[in-house]
Amino acid sequence: MAPAARMRLLKLAVIWVVLLTAPYWSAPIGGYPALCSRVVILGMAAMAFNLLLGFTGIMSFGHAAFFGLGAYGAGLALKFATSSTILAIIAGVLLGTIAGALLGALVVRRRGVYFAMVTIAFGQIFYFIAFRWNTLTGGDDGLRGFARQPVGIGRWLLDIQHNDILFYDFVLVVLAVVAGLMGLLLQSPFGRTLLAIRENERRARFLGIAVDLHIWLAFVASCLFVACAGALYACLNNFADPTLFNYNMSGTIVIMAVLGGFRAFWGPMLGAAVFVVMQDYLSSMMQNWMWAVGLIFMAVVLFFPRGILGVLRRRASA
Amino acid sequence: MTFLAIRALRKQFGSLVAVNNVSMEVAAGECRAIIGPNGAGKTTFFNMISGYFRPSAGEIELDGQPITQLSVRGRVARGMARTFQITEVFPELSVRENLRIAAEVQQGLSLRPWVGRAARARVEAAIEASMARAGLVEKADRLVGELAHGDQRAVEIATALALQPRLLLLDEPTAGMGEQETYQVAALIRRLHRDHALTIVLIEHDMRVVFNLADRISVLDQGRLLAEGTPQQIADDPAVQAAYLGDAE
Repeated sequence: MAPAARMRLLKLAVIWVVLLTAPYWSAPIGGYPALCSRVVILGMAAMAFNLLLGFTGIMSFGHAAFFGLGAYGAGLALKFATSSTILAIIAGVLLGTIAGALLGALVVRRRGVYFAMVTIAFGQIFYFIAFRWNTLTGGDDGLRGFARQPVGIGRWLLDIQHNDILFYDFVLVVLAVVAGLMGLLLQSPFGRTLLAIRENERRARFLGIAVDLHIWLAFVASCLFVACAGALYACLNNFADPTLFNYNMSGTIVIMAVLGGFRAFWGPMLGAAVFVVMQDYLSSMMQNWMWAVGLIFMAVVLFFPRGILGVLRRRASA
Repeated sequence: MTFLAIRALRKQFGSLVAVNNVSMEVAAGECRAIIGPNGAGKTTFFNMISGYFRPSAGEIELDGQPITQLSVRGRVARGMARTFQITEVFPELSVRENLRIAAEVQQGLSLRPWVGRAARARVEAAIEASMARAGLVEKADRLVGELAHGDQRAVEIATALALQPRLLLLDEPTAGMGEQETYQVAALIRRLHRDHALTIVLIEHDMRVVFNLADRISVLDQGRLLAEGTPQQIADDPAVQAAYLGDAE
């Protein structure tokens, strides 16, 4: 095997060992399974968002819309339609993906700040729908009255409902599928075409690439994976509320990706870990914990524009 | 036989007429240079041929087919490729990856989430061929953004060639280059022209390059076609000397 490929395999092995054992090694330093699930789910959302920012060069500021749709889709399905957690997640993914496909078609011709602005508006539209449609969504109080259900595989029944570690493992299985699919996508000709658009849209266009079509497809894929994370998030909390759609949530996703390193595949996951842990610690110490996050974020953007993983990488190659 | 025919092409930006009623016929396999002082409308003319701008009036035909209304993509599909005055490459990818993207587009794979072994082998072969043609084999795994200007230009030309075009448009291929690099790029263009019977239209400021490469030269001045002919005819043309060569030399 080529050394580069072996290195990549090794890195992947380390990442998965760290992820699989997280509930155990994080316990002595104040971690707990539900916190680990939170990190992985938000990290998945940030990685999915990064399909656009890091690998297509497109800044979406409205990914909360699709995260929230995934969450509400799964929550509503569990509440009204099904007792299968997996079917509920599929419902959330479908809802988010369909919305992504429709809204994506509207913005795909916009670029840069215009793209960001229009996508912010998407999030806010769904925020107000969730906020106002009391009878269905529970309005301001959020969607309650559902709970994730045990998952049956063959003869076994995995009680992810009451066993938090088991739920964490379930989240990891979903992450493995999502990350595997995203990785395959990025290494395919389609993924390389996205890189071409990121690197130089004009060159890409004059190679005869259907740029808008590729951006739309990347947008839909990104929405699909973000919705999947959103659906898991509703299952984690057995709850969903309108703030999931808010631009704060979109901003959080962006911050995680940039903090961890948006040019690295796993960077956003690292960013999510840093963000969630800071939030968990700092918010227990002070009310305005966001200012500390903001400061660190500014420092990263100013001094390490490629994020934490970007710095580590440069060290490694220097 | 005429390969590229341009009839009464015109482009107007507000009250400024950048290209005024220019007609031109380029034969198959010809290397045509377009020269003219700054602001003569050369790049605007190019942008209309390649589909970057819609002309205000006039017709463009490629190989007997009208292409005036076609998109950039439609023109690429009919065998047109171009490079830019300011080198346009994928800087954070290696030479090999730059060419891989072009080869995959050319083979219609750009939307595929996966490819089979046979298709992958075809792509690899195309990459190797492009690199050999442009003299980039030793630099295959370098990031293009780190290469010297002349090599970046060679990558851009190789990328355009990977599309297997029938018409290659080069906008100032030696702009901003030193003596040595200019020589290298000119030699590359000449080799391509000779070996592949490619029709080439190029804009160029360096007169040695122009007289060296071009079969015929068209001179634009203030949006109009001032003269057209073989390098010798152009060098002897008194109107051209007055408008252009006289000032420059």
